[in-house]
Amino acid sequence: MSALTTAAKPASVFSSYKFIAYQTIVIKEVRRFLRIWVQTLVPPVITIALYFIIFGNLIGSRIGNMGGYSYMEFIVPGLIMMSVINNAYANVVSSFFSQKFQKSIEELLVSPVPNYVILLGFVTGGVARGLCVGLIASLISLVFSGLHMYNIFITAFVILLASIVFSLGGFINAVFARNFDDISIVPTFILTPLIYLGGVFYSVEALPEFARTISHFNPIFYMINAFRYGVLGVSDVSITFSLSLLVTLTIAMFAFSLRLLYSGKGLRN
Amino acid sequence: MLARSVFDCAGRISAVMTPAISIRNLYKTYANGHKALNGISLDVQQGDFFALLGANGAGKSTTIGVIATLVRKTSGTVAVFGQNVETHVYETKLNLGVVPQEINFNHFEKVFDIVVTQGGYYGLPLKLAKQRAEKYLRQLGLWEKHNQQARMLSGGMKRRLLIARALVHEPKLLILDEPTAGVDIELRRSTWDFLQEINRAGTTIILTTHYLEEAETLCRNIAMIDKGEIVVNTGMKQLLQTLHQELFVLDTYSHMVAAPSMPGYEVKLIDESTLEIGIEKGQDLNQVFALLSERGISVKSMRNKSNRLEQLFVSQLKKPQENSGQSKQETKSA
Repeated sequence: MSALTTAAKPASVFSSYKFIAYQTIVIKEVRRFLRIWVQTLVPPVITIALYFIIFGNLIGSRIGNMGGYSYMEFIVPGLIMMSVINNAYANVVSSFFSQKFQKSIEELLVSPVPNYVILLGFVTGGVARGLCVGLIASLISLVFSGLHMYNIFITAFVILLASIVFSLGGFINAVFARNFDDISIVPTFILTPLIYLGGVFYSVEALPEFARTISHFNPIFYMINAFRYGVLGVSDVSITFSLSLLVTLTIAMFAFSLRLLYSGKGLRN
Repeated sequence: MLARSVFDCAGRISAVMTPAISIRNLYKTYANGHKALNGISLDVQQGDFFALLGANGAGKSTTIGVIATLVRKTSGTVAVFGQNVETHVYETKLNLGVVPQEINFNHFEKVFDIVVTQGGYYGLPLKLAKQRAEKYLRQLGLWEKHNQQARMLSGGMKRRLLIARALVHEPKLLILDEPTAGVDIELRRSTWDFLQEINRAGTTIILTTHYLEEAETLCRNIAMIDKGEIVVNTGMKQLLQTLHQELFVLDTYSHMVAAPSMPGYEVKLIDESTLEIGIEKGQDLNQVFALLSERGISVKSMRNKSNRLEQLFVSQLKKPQENSGQSKQETKSA
């Protein structure tokens, strides 16, 4: 006990014991998605490669240029962003819900780990998987087209915040979910349509006026455009507005997730 | 929280210290309107081996859930070593280890990783967490399995893994919710030995169990809970002394088709050569042997029926709620 009490004083917001707890959650989360790499890392690789072959290479060659770049180059940022979003979300929703379902989340709830450390740990796990798959998608894109880099800071900032936002989204979904159907409904019926209609495969300029207006209510549209701006330097919307929206979403979703944890929703009777 | 004198079951002053657990007027009503706890007050002294007994749904697991902060109380207070579990979260949780009733680890994780990870949640540096994990897995006879996925363990081993996990941060108070449910006799006995050992080393233990023999063997003090209220809270010896009747099992050389009639004694035929006889306080065993001899029944061996606590348990839970006031009085003198 002595080693614990001396090394682990709860004095500061991120004192040593909290950092060790955070590190433990992150290692556990990363180890989980690496252990089941056939389920977590291989499918997105195959999906992305197919998108490049079919949309980029076969169909894209007939479409011509978009935003001043070849169609293949134009869709690369969108496809990378799509894989990051999907995997960040999937990691947290499946991991947190599984732990909730088999009650192993109680290991954490009975321990002194503060709620914000629990949340940060799971979100970091989601970000790690999102970025890991994003990196693999970027490497695959090099096989089919050159990868531009207009502004590395904006690119890194957007990819990081987008993966945080969707990790938080996965967390919120997992808290409310009561069975495994509930964790597939949101990705299937909400996330996928929003991603596909968010401008992964096209510029909003190509849409009719009505559809263009509707697109502006889709938050993923701003994320994809901000990321595309970082990579190619082209965007359908103001980059300042997109970044502001991303920051606001991150803060709002973090606050909401934390509130759910403090309320014990779905976790404590 | 004031420190005060406490007495062990033999009536000696055992310590002047803050209780390990102090519960006051604890109420819990679930969202569906079910009143699980109806004003529980309970103290468990430091170093005690304490039994919390009750039928299914009596409120034992809810009480443990509130202590472990897995269940939100409706009202009342819970203090662990004098510190409120709501206002001193870090300190109280550091002192507390919980072994749940249900197996609640990830079955696909390795045994060693489960224990080490739990250490990490309590702020143990990795090296120390690994040392502690090895120590407790060895003590609980699980070290040979440490590299296997938890799903490969037998039911009894899984329960022991829960104990190792709860001990990795070396809490001063260990709460076990039916730790030997479904465990074979050999493993159960060795688990008892282990728990007695850590209790002797200073860990306060609270045990809920359906094996009343387990509570009788291990625990010095006992509380019985029924419909969310404490109906008995006293020393184990004092409680057993209230038994007016002891049951004896007699193996005979005779073959019987019915229990012999023995005026003044309650006799049951267990099988053709085994009798169970209830002997009231003050009745003479020699008289029993004489009566049996008169009926041509010779006794091969005799043993005390071990589950004496079971009789008390059943009788207490059958009593109306007026008993609770009387039992609370017993608490003060225990």
